[in-house]
Amino acid sequence: MTSLSAKDKNTVKAFWAKVAGKEEQIGCDAVSRMLTVYPQTKTYFSHWKDLSPGSAPVRKHGATVMAAVTDAVSKIDDLTGGLLSLSELHAFTLRVDPANFKVLAHNLLVVLATVFPNDFTPEVHVAMDKFLAAVAHALSEKYR
Amino acid sequence: MVVWTDFERTTIQDIFSKIDYAVVGQAAFSRCLTVYPWTQRYFGQFGNLYNAAAIASNPKVAAHGKVIMEALEKAVKDMDNIKATYAELSALHSEKLQVDPDNFMLLGDCLTIVVASQLGKAFTAEVHAAFQKFLAVVVSSLRKQYY
Repeated sequence: MTSLSAKDKNTVKAFWAKVAGKEEQIGCDAVSRMLTVYPQTKTYFSHWKDLSPGSAPVRKHGATVMAAVTDAVSKIDDLTGGLLSLSELHAFTLRVDPANFKVLAHNLLVVLATVFPNDFTPEVHVAMDKFLAAVAHALSEKYR
Repeated sequence: MVVWTDFERTTIQDIFSKIDYAVVGQAAFSRCLTVYPWTQRYFGQFGNLYNAAAIASNPKVAAHGKVIMEALEKAVKDMDNIKATYAELSALHSEKLQVDPDNFMLLGDCLTIVVASQLGKAFTAEVHAAFQKFLAVVVSSLRKQYY
């Protein structure tokens, strides 16, 4: 797993600044998409009343995820330390198979491509992909 | 035997009728070489792939992007026989080109992102799911002749 260069970090911070104000829309779309396109992910949300795209629990969870990613951007210099409690949550309580982090990341990138067709260049894409992979790695730290 | 719903069939035909193969092919393939640089290992003869700008302006990359889209069109034109359509291409990728089949979905993911940026809001979750299914069938067919 490659670490983030200074250029990667700056690219991520600059791009993520554009997301401000659109978090709810993007988060909701990313989670809705994940549940629709990768139905195996629905198995983690059997406790929700409504798993349809744009439903209240989906919207709420999208916002939760986006807030966590925004937080991760601010802690980009130490993701392992910064995401420690989230890692414990995912490892011991939620027990999400870490392969799914990649799935959500991909869906988030697809949404970003629809919302920012001109800004989501290949250079931004690779930096964001690396960043989300680093976030996933930090989230997996406490698993075993 | 893959079962396509009417929605899936129409959606795939629709997407491919709307996109410009040269533009989307170049964008998806160059994105793949940029975002997943280890995929460059198969393209030593393409010349300058040193950085994103070089990849983006490389004419061989653009040409090959179009080749890929034209190959995908074969599957779109005969969605009930994708496995047979790609039997030869699968053997080619396995025996001659020796491409690690895990790379196929990397290109698939980049193509999804390019199509998403082209279609914007029209690339709904349902359209996305249909496209993902199509790519999964294509990738599975390309993997068939590997042993």
